[in-house]
Amino acid sequence: MPTSNRLYGPRLRALAIATTVVLLGAFVLAAFSAPIEADQGFSQKIFYVHVPLAIVTLCGFVFAGICAVQYLRSGDSRHDLRSYTAIHQSLIFCVGTLLTGAIWAKASWGKFWVWDEPTLVSFLIVFLLYACYQPLRFSIEDPERQSRYAAVFAVVAGAFVPINFAAVRLADPLIHPRVLNTAGGDLPDGMRLPFYLAIVGIALLFATLYRYEMTAKHSRAQLRALRRRLGEDAGDGVNRSAAPRIAAS
Amino acid sequence: MSARPPATLAAARAVLAKELRLERRAPQTLVAMALYSSTAYVVFHFALARDTVDGSLAAGVLWVTLTLAALLGIGRLFVSDRDEGGLEGFLLAPVDRSALLLAKAAALLAFLVAVQLVAVPLFAILLLGPAPGAGGWLRLVLVLLLADAGIAVVGTLVAAIAVQTRARDLITSIMALPLLLPVLIAASRATAPLFAEAGAGALAGRWLAILGLYDLLFALLAWALFDYLVED
Repeated sequence: MPTSNRLYGPRLRALAIATTVVLLGAFVLAAFSAPIEADQGFSQKIFYVHVPLAIVTLCGFVFAGICAVQYLRSGDSRHDLRSYTAIHQSLIFCVGTLLTGAIWAKASWGKFWVWDEPTLVSFLIVFLLYACYQPLRFSIEDPERQSRYAAVFAVVAGAFVPINFAAVRLADPLIHPRVLNTAGGDLPDGMRLPFYLAIVGIALLFATLYRYEMTAKHSRAQLRALRRRLGEDAGDGVNRSAAPRIAAS
Repeated sequence: MSARPPATLAAARAVLAKELRLERRAPQTLVAMALYSSTAYVVFHFALARDTVDGSLAAGVLWVTLTLAALLGIGRLFVSDRDEGGLEGFLLAPVDRSALLLAKAAALLAFLVAVQLVAVPLFAILLLGPAPGAGGWLRLVLVLLLADAGIAVVGTLVAAIAVQTRARDLITSIMALPLLLPVLIAASRATAPLFAEAGAGALAGRWLAILGLYDLLFALLAWALFDYLVED
């Protein structure tokens, strides 16, 4: 019987608990033990949400690009599903990044949007590009072609991200001081631990949501397969979907 | 270059010749692009309520117009092939698929250059304040060519994706515009000093570097990925 343990998502509970613990720990540390920033005061605390979100978003897009390359090379639809789920989750995290960025901008510069913060502008452009992913999938009917074209898009968009960041960064002669330089050396000692913990926590959150979506998709496919074995109408409902089709294992 | 089988180049040349002949016998895309850019200048004149523009505003007007005109060309690039069965015909031929990429990108580049031969002088006559000197024009041509190469490569890629979708026009526009943003940023920033009131300023090398890097990166990507777009 195809009742594999994918139906329950075996590591889902452990991941969820780990996410809760690490994120809570990071936020408690950030709120109570990390020093208050002299310039911005308490509003700087959103840094512990905003920057990890941004980092995890970019890593998610890169991961999706790598999965897409693997799909193109192997034709294995599991890679396509990974790529799809990663882009879906990263897009949500990207919205989170933009929203927290806007709130932070309002708190520290008095405006919800400033054009001279190149990283935020780059994120907006990246968001606009990746927002095309779902419409693109949705408008291609043949599932195999849909996966193939979506993979090509994921690779192109993945390569677009760094050159976009370079162009936007260069377009602004006045660069704000980076809170986190490449080595992370600018960060005072008290802020470093909660910040790194927050990155790990948000990454775990991403992993949890990612696995949750994968599990849901697999369970639905399995349910459909079981129904078909019972001779019922599979009840797919819609013929077209932006999500990749998966065969029940 | 010499390692590539000559059949690819010959096939690319044949497809390119077909594209150009098609456009010469029944001008469609080029006329639309040229008319569109001319109308855009009129729109800008009234929308901005200005008789002349200079500096970064001039660069912005020019590049928005050229980019949107390019979108028209991108949207039409594969349409006749799909409707008339040209793609199937090409796939039946025993040639490398890269030939199609090469030919289509070259055709789009030729269209862009042809439109700009009309649209840029028209811009200088209709809207541009102080015209840059000969040196300024030469520098503008350099920026235009680098930007056109990028638009041609990315446009071909987007067009090949979009032509197989049901919402062809929508996908073309929403996908090409963000992808072309780095070109737009670099080109308009590089052009702005050329249109400055005080006379043509120097061309910033970093923008040319960004344009060149963009062209190279997406040319390689398109080369690697195009085969997946013309299967079946």
